[in-house]
Amino acid sequence: MAEERVGVYVCHCGHNIAGTVDVEQVAQWAAELPNVVIARDYKFMCSSLGQELVEQDIREYGLTRVVVAACSPHMHEPTFRRACERAGLNPYLMEMANIREHASWVHQHSAESATDKAKALISGAVRRVLELEPLEPFRAPIKETTLVVGGGIAGINAALEIANSGHPVILVEREPSIGGHMAQFDKTFPTLDCAACILTPKMFDVGNHPNITLLTYSEVEQVDGYVGNFTVRVRKKARKVDTSLCTGCGECWERCPAKVVDTVYEAGLGYRTAVYRPFPQAVPKYPVIDVETCIYFQKGTCKACQKFCPTGAINFEQEDETIIIEAGNIVLATGYDLFDARRIPQYGYGRLANVFSNLEFERMTNASGPTGGKIVLRDGVTEPQTIAIVHCVGSRDKNYNVYCSAVCCMAALKFGHLVKEKTGAEVYSFYIDMRTIAKNYEEFYLRLLDEGMHFVRGRVAEITDAARRPGEEGKLIVQVEDTLVGKQRRIPVDMVVLMGAIEPRHDAAEVAHRFGIGCSDAGFFTERHPKLDPVATMTDGVFIAGCCQGPKDIPESVGMGAAAAARVLSLISQGEVEIEPVRAHINEERCSGCRICNNLCPYSAIDYIEDLGVSRVNPALCKGCGTCVAACPSQVIEGQHFTFDAIMSQIEGLLWDRRGDGHVTYVESEPVEAA
Amino acid sequence: MSQTNGHSYAYYPGCSLQATAHAYDLSTKRVADILGMQLQEVDDWNCCGATEYFSIMSLPAYSLVARNLALAANQGAQELVAPCSACYLNLRKTNDYMGKYRSKVGDPVNEALAAGGLHYTPGTVSVRHLLDVLVTDIGYDAIAAKVTYPLKGLRIAPYYGCLIVRPDTQYNPEYPTHLDELMRVLGATVVDFPLKAHCCGGHMTQISEEVAYELIRRILHNAAEYEADLIVTLCPMCQLNLDAYQPQANRMFGTSYNLPVLFFTQLMGLAFGLDAKDVGIGSEIVSARNALAKIGREEEPAERTPTRRDKKALPMPPMP
Repeated sequence: MAEERVGVYVCHCGHNIAGTVDVEQVAQWAAELPNVVIARDYKFMCSSLGQELVEQDIREYGLTRVVVAACSPHMHEPTFRRACERAGLNPYLMEMANIREHASWVHQHSAESATDKAKALISGAVRRVLELEPLEPFRAPIKETTLVVGGGIAGINAALEIANSGHPVILVEREPSIGGHMAQFDKTFPTLDCAACILTPKMFDVGNHPNITLLTYSEVEQVDGYVGNFTVRVRKKARKVDTSLCTGCGECWERCPAKVVDTVYEAGLGYRTAVYRPFPQAVPKYPVIDVETCIYFQKGTCKACQKFCPTGAINFEQEDETIIIEAGNIVLATGYDLFDARRIPQYGYGRLANVFSNLEFERMTNASGPTGGKIVLRDGVTEPQTIAIVHCVGSRDKNYNVYCSAVCCMAALKFGHLVKEKTGAEVYSFYIDMRTIAKNYEEFYLRLLDEGMHFVRGRVAEITDAARRPGEEGKLIVQVEDTLVGKQRRIPVDMVVLMGAIEPRHDAAEVAHRFGIGCSDAGFFTERHPKLDPVATMTDGVFIAGCCQGPKDIPESVGMGAAAAARVLSLISQGEVEIEPVRAHINEERCSGCRICNNLCPYSAIDYIEDLGVSRVNPALCKGCGTCVAACPSQVIEGQHFTFDAIMSQIEGLLWDRRGDGHVTYVESEPVEAA
Repeated sequence: MSQTNGHSYAYYPGCSLQATAHAYDLSTKRVADILGMQLQEVDDWNCCGATEYFSIMSLPAYSLVARNLALAANQGAQELVAPCSACYLNLRKTNDYMGKYRSKVGDPVNEALAAGGLHYTPGTVSVRHLLDVLVTDIGYDAIAAKVTYPLKGLRIAPYYGCLIVRPDTQYNPEYPTHLDELMRVLGATVVDFPLKAHCCGGHMTQISEEVAYELIRRILHNAAEYEADLIVTLCPMCQLNLDAYQPQANRMFGTSYNLPVLFFTQLMGLAFGLDAKDVGIGSEIVSARNALAKIGREEEPAERTPTRRDKKALPMPPMP
């Protein structure tokens, strides 16, 4: 080890690091560390000049190890690994010390401590890098098939882009039909083109594309493997309808005597039967039997649908199917849930009949909706004379969700226009700030101002039917502080529409866990980088698109779907992927065959070899998590790149100033006596 | 914590419960007995300062309240229960602020207490409102188990007032429902009551009758509109305003509301099988006799069920 020659590179990151950490002093100090032959500081190490500096030094000084003290390895580890490789150094002999996120950014108000911490981190990295061994990355072929999860507009678009380029796609959708929330809408802002007219051709294309296998009424249960080689288990729920016989004629649902409120497609505003197709343009066209509400499944008699089905397609005995998919890449486009406005009781949703949610109102304005597009009160007949639209219900509110849901202002304007067009009623919009930030959006706002929609700036305090003044009897009263006038106002209306927030799916955390990705504080899926890599995730080969990443409108979801597709296609065209060689390895000569590690491995990557009586790691499945390394009672499992020596040396390095001799002695841990 | 000490609390009745709201005190003690709660009155307690003292001289006001906390702590209490909303707020505020603003409130208050040989470490006792103690510590199930005379057929407007929902609690400050739930447990019908947490006028009756009576009228009107037989409250101030000033408000607006206003503990007592007299019913100004006579009369009028549900009507979102 004495002959190893280390170069240390301390990055200023503009002012990000240099503004707090005394980088020059740190570099001078690092130059004195054992084995360090050169230490430099530079304004931007990641720039081409910075990288060239490293390459040049490797050649000139004969460096055998490199430490870059800069930002998180998430950000630039690949950059500096490539630089080392270009200069002929094995890329796994480079170590990063994160002195930005772990020092300058978190100790902004204490330059001295930040500088000390940077030294400790660099000292640890230098000690660690000496213990590293050269590794060669694995190469694995990429399977051509892509799994797209979620058949809303984002998933549809991603699936079509990939399929059109000639690669197979499997689209999994939880509901009986694809289409997502967009299929529920009547018009789309700001152009007011009909949602169905622009969506259904795409749905049809998905249903008929030779490269797309559509699995509706299905859910992903388990995901194994890694980029290029995922194995996914999908549960295809029993439709109780044989799709090879069904023609989608509709005889079954016309005859079905069980009428239930449709809380999914009709958002609770309309009814469906127990055997149903969510909407006429559904893809696929086949109905499903909802066993929870089907009279036959609940009471044992009925079978009306089976009796009348002309092709004998109803099959009550049909069971769920498990399908195993081998996919190279995954695109998650699982969408959003609408905020449950019952959580804000003072707005009266669920209590006061004529308070509606935005999705209920979408269905109401839809020509194919429960009212045939007529805007009426809950009694189903009375046309409202005045309508209040309340913005930010569950958004921009620290009691519920802090974030802005991005689409509600525009949707409220769209509602205002539709009301004006269909009924001539007075429309009041209660907004905090009008957010019309994309192309042609502000113009639409100006149009609604011209059309005579009333805008009241202020968060609504309550919606009540407790009349106080003349003219309030029998109305819903919106109590609000008009912050432009500086006065409390009470505005009596006939109908209230609550613009509920876009929330993460109720099971988003569970789904994220299943696919090995993360969720933000708010619960949306986390992208790899908020600006530069919004469609990738921290897990290679898993991409995200649409509202599962955060609130967004249709154009943005479509764009993101296409972007995810482009990323997938780029990987497919590379043909194979490089996989980190960070793996566990069992020293079979010393393995006692106790098999403790076998069941602990979260990736089932350890096999027991009966003949030899030892356990063996399958490197294709191993993720290098280190669970088995820590658990092995004989200490014969080694985590490559994270060896015992490398970790202990790093700790010694971190604690360089804690012992007078700069050296920490440690003892083998003794067995703890059973209590 | 309350489990370990077997539902034992220090009890701070406050001045109202010795005067206008003596029925609240009486019924609280009877109900506590039945539910196996030990209420130990704070010995030698004094005024909570109400709202006025805090507006005029805050430090003496905090010290006044802190004396009660110190006495309760010296009695070995871990939890202090106050049935009056104003007392509850003042005690809780003082307890919180003495810890939160140590140099401005905590230390000077303790300096004042020292003159009387007392000291209070903020947070030693936790201040609870009676309703919270009943629904959280005792629980709806234990209360339901004691109901022998369900208040069937009685339509109740649950009135919370403004004070108990304001300190940060687990209850929704805009639209609380724990009193609703308690009344249902007693067998009563609870009406929707949008003004349940609105202002009763407080001491405005002494300052501006027009303002106060209008606030009182709104609440009475709202309860009457939902066809409540009576209003149930948990605050002596609310009870006094809605009950004692009901005739004046009627006179001012030419209305004829006749809505009795009772404390929730009085109804608990009735449901537990106590005599009306034992829980102080009869001391209210708007008599509750006619309203209470409806209990048990199985006459759920048919016209109250919504009749608008015809084929054209759209489904309502279901409530949990």
